[in-house]
Amino acid sequence: MIPKVPLDKQIRLNVNGDEAVAYAAKQCLIDVVAAYPITPQTIIVEKFSEFVANGEVHTEFIAVESEHSAMSACIGAAAAGARAFTSTSAQGLALMVETLYIASGLRLPIVMALVNRALSAPINIHCDHSDAYLMRDSGWIQLFVENVQEAYDTTIQAFRIGEDERVQLPVAVNLDGFFLSHTMENIYILPDDVVHEFIGGYRKPPVVKIDYLNKEVSYQLNPAYPLTIGPLDLYDYYFEHKIPQIIAMENALSVIKEVNEEWFALTGRRYGNGLIETTYVEDADVIIVIMGSSAGTVKQVVKKRRGRGEKIGVVRIRSFRPFPYNDVAEALRNAKVVVVMDRGLSFGSFGPLYLEINASISDLSVKPMLLNYIYGLGGRDLSPEMIERVIDEATDVLKRGVIPRKISFVGVRE
Amino acid sequence: MSAPPVSTIIDKEKYYRIWVFEPGAKSDSPLIFNLRELTSKKTPAILPGHRLCAGCAAPIIVKLASFAFRGPTIVVSPTGCLEVSTTVFPYTSWAVPWIHNAFENAAATASGIEASIKALKKTGRIKYEHVDIVVFAGDGGTYDIGLQALSGAFERGHDFLYILYDNEAYMNTGIQRSGGTPKYAWTTTTPVGRVQPGKLEHRKPIAEIMVAHKAKYVATATPAHWVDLMKKVRKGIEVEGPAFIHALSSCNRGWRHDLEIALEVLRRAVDTCYFPLWEWSPNTGYLLTDRSLAIARNPALKQPIEKYLETQGRFAHLLKPENKHLLRELQEYVDSVWEDLLKRASNAPR
Repeated sequence: MIPKVPLDKQIRLNVNGDEAVAYAAKQCLIDVVAAYPITPQTIIVEKFSEFVANGEVHTEFIAVESEHSAMSACIGAAAAGARAFTSTSAQGLALMVETLYIASGLRLPIVMALVNRALSAPINIHCDHSDAYLMRDSGWIQLFVENVQEAYDTTIQAFRIGEDERVQLPVAVNLDGFFLSHTMENIYILPDDVVHEFIGGYRKPPVVKIDYLNKEVSYQLNPAYPLTIGPLDLYDYYFEHKIPQIIAMENALSVIKEVNEEWFALTGRRYGNGLIETTYVEDADVIIVIMGSSAGTVKQVVKKRRGRGEKIGVVRIRSFRPFPYNDVAEALRNAKVVVVMDRGLSFGSFGPLYLEINASISDLSVKPMLLNYIYGLGGRDLSPEMIERVIDEATDVLKRGVIPRKISFVGVRE
Repeated sequence: MSAPPVSTIIDKEKYYRIWVFEPGAKSDSPLIFNLRELTSKKTPAILPGHRLCAGCAAPIIVKLASFAFRGPTIVVSPTGCLEVSTTVFPYTSWAVPWIHNAFENAAATASGIEASIKALKKTGRIKYEHVDIVVFAGDGGTYDIGLQALSGAFERGHDFLYILYDNEAYMNTGIQRSGGTPKYAWTTTTPVGRVQPGKLEHRKPIAEIMVAHKAKYVATATPAHWVDLMKKVRKGIEVEGPAFIHALSSCNRGWRHDLEIALEVLRRAVDTCYFPLWEWSPNTGYLLTDRSLAIARNPALKQPIEKYLETQGRFAHLLKPENKHLLRELQEYVDSVWEDLLKRASNAPR
């Protein structure tokens, strides 16, 4: 199939992941950006500030005094009808957690680039997924990208997904700190007008029916009609108001898939079915499940082992929230050993991804054996050699049929 | 010039009217001080039926302030008495667009709304001459948990009016001390005990802190001095850039006074110079207003601090014989702050 915008009509750019996100944001007709500097996200706001300073965007840039205020300002802006964007990492995300729940609870489709970084203490600026896991239950859609091209593509898709009338939820685009944020890659970007068309022009807030107005109005603070946004909601209504939020997350599963296909028709690029990306899973005995940039390295090693006739496959999770339980179960149906690789963990438990995979396979009549490997905390590299050892151990489990330990830590000194 | 266009939402209930501004509506609602004319021509932004306590000064402040709104206006409230009592779902008391985000971020939320209005105007998606943004926040959300967001928003120069309704403690959670609680006041976290006579620290000079931010307009006010309050609200809205009004708001539950004397208590706060009325702008500097200007011109009008303290149970211990020294100390403090203000106010007699 020839994409609507073939590669020769796309623009080649040599950028790092942060710049790719900034270029995507520049093309998305964003009304308000409110952000605060934090490594390794800072390049995004620096680059975007340049676009503002040069008059290349109509965006109002608010250089707030904290991440809490960044998300607070995004909430105010989105409630007033704006398309709002921010980006942060680790401690910044931790500071804005209170308002993350408010953004989703008020159903404001803010987009945030979360450049993944380890949480303190000890303080560390490098990549792991502990920040993304921190916001797991905040009601945000969480997409993980593997490379710089996907960071660009997914940032644009995020606006379409979040603003879809079936969804109306905030979206976090996760890219690994330094591994993607500071690593140059040749990518293809679309002409501005193509992106404008794809995202449907300026943001149009959804229409809501208001009883005291006896009509349908746009959900925004507008002097043409008074809406009360963010009221006190007690035990008599709060629960009912959480149900549409739950349904919206379920709806997001199909919307993410649809947007992935539309993007494919437009650009020729797609990422699995949008929710998960599978490699060699059909006949695989051992399947590695992973998120983020390390999926690339894992696929490379698995490809090599496939060359030796070993039946190994890879499932890359692209959508962590909503979590695609059915798609994952289908992909793991025939596996005998599943290795879940988490770049973060819940102390006193397992890696959060492991828990999801465990839930995904619970309804299979024949369940694969499940291993959890914690890797790369605080930015430690996951080398091909480490992946080889993980595969060796999984193959050993496959042969013996017993699991020596459920959770292991990759590349940690004794 | 026209009063805000309104639309009645409950049949035959003339006080339940919401504000509706057609796109393009001007911000030309006149300031009216004649009570008969005011009540016939204007309706407040806060509707009857809210659940604030009887005798609370906060809704009076909101009502008076909204009489001074000039046109299309969006209101922001952080978490607090006003927020929880006016928006118990499925009801709302707000006749204007209103948002609550969280406790510490009213000013940041207002920043976002202001930026949004700018972007929407720039791209022709909202068609009003002005969309004014007014924050009504309590003392906890201003002096304490909200101070960072407030300071940041004022430093960035966003165009909005921040009105602090100051009841001098966390009344919503049950009268705990805040950075706005005055020295020696009883609260549930600064009880009057055998070794401690209430709160041991003075409150922060919050309005002075906002003057130090070089805001475009800063003033103090009380709903007992309602013409003064309305004039100040209008000025705060009209200036381009951040404006701050510190409105003292009596709380009969927390201050321990009879509920029918809310305005009398506030009047005495001004009469004793415990809470002087003034305004400040970069062009005019400090100016005394209303009763405080009268006191400056005729110092005989100034009442001793007991006149204020005796109205409230939270200060009852200060009037006991064994605490005379504390009373004297408080009087000296009030006097020194007042003298200092007289030196700075350019309209005070020399």
